[in-house]
Amino acid sequence: MNRDDFRAGLRGGFPVMLSASPFGALFGALAVDNGFSVADAVFMSATVYAGASQMVGIELFGNNVQPWLVVLSVFAVNFRHVLYSASIAKHIRHFTIIQKLLAFFLLVDPQYAETERRGERGLPVTFSWYLGFGLVIYFPWILNTLIGALFGQLIGDPKAIGLDVLLPIYFLGLVLSFRKRDRFLPVVAISAFTSVAAMHFVGSPWHVSIGALAGILLAALLPPEHRLRQGPAPVEKEA
Amino acid sequence: MDPQHLNLIYLIVAAALATFATRFGGYVLITQLKRIPPRLEAALNAVPAAVLTTLVAPAFVYGGFDVAAAMLVAFAIGLRFSTLRMLLVGWVAVMLIRHVVL
Repeated sequence: MNRDDFRAGLRGGFPVMLSASPFGALFGALAVDNGFSVADAVFMSATVYAGASQMVGIELFGNNVQPWLVVLSVFAVNFRHVLYSASIAKHIRHFTIIQKLLAFFLLVDPQYAETERRGERGLPVTFSWYLGFGLVIYFPWILNTLIGALFGQLIGDPKAIGLDVLLPIYFLGLVLSFRKRDRFLPVVAISAFTSVAAMHFVGSPWHVSIGALAGILLAALLPPEHRLRQGPAPVEKEA
Repeated sequence: MDPQHLNLIYLIVAAALATFATRFGGYVLITQLKRIPPRLEAALNAVPAAVLTTLVAPAFVYGGFDVAAAMLVAFAIGLRFSTLRMLLVGWVAVMLIRHVVL
């Protein structure tokens, strides 16, 4: 372990931690509102550690969606991480296998973006730096979840204080964050239409899988957009 | 621990494993094959927006006037500003509609 690198990582991750903190607290509060205990919420933040998909998880759980479908949706929302881990592979080749496992566990969006940027600029991506950057985000994320969950317990009627609109707006923000991607508009349009229709004709929770499948199929069938894609995978803001 | 709560713990563990699989999977994939077929890549690329849209659109259509109005306001904010500001303005909008207008 190199102390200077570790400290440099801590400094780099600090602003990310600050900007993610409200979302950690929001997750905690909404998780409790959706039937999680405080311990469940903290456990999920500590083990899944992927804000957007955690929100999706509690939303679907709260709507009594079948467990396998919840897990599948979490997997789908996190799918972008496949591109991240493929992309940073070249920078962390020198990590030991244990270090790699830990590194991939901590691979949230900003961690990916900073690792990539550091590698591109020719700076060494040491395990000490990576760990410092990751842990200064990881532990406060858990702590903020706890604070939010404790606060959430005190809330009687979430609708009266407007908590119920926060999840759809949060998801709307996530959808918007993908708007630079190829085929964004047709995919969103068909998924929106299909999910609304499926909600009406088939019912919840099937609108999620049916609507998503329609958008994914359309993306695969549309003729490819002529754009050269090179270099690192684009980063979307998680929170 | 009652069985229902145990199921939730299993669910969280499964979600954690699924997430870890995505974070480890790309590394395995890139060391195994060199290129992903373009149509598969296009499909994978569309996954998050497609899934998340199905959580937004029905809430907008069936969530009632107050929720829809707040989402519209948040959408306008989201074109220019951060998600945090969308949440803040959307929340203010829904509180105004519920407690002042109606």
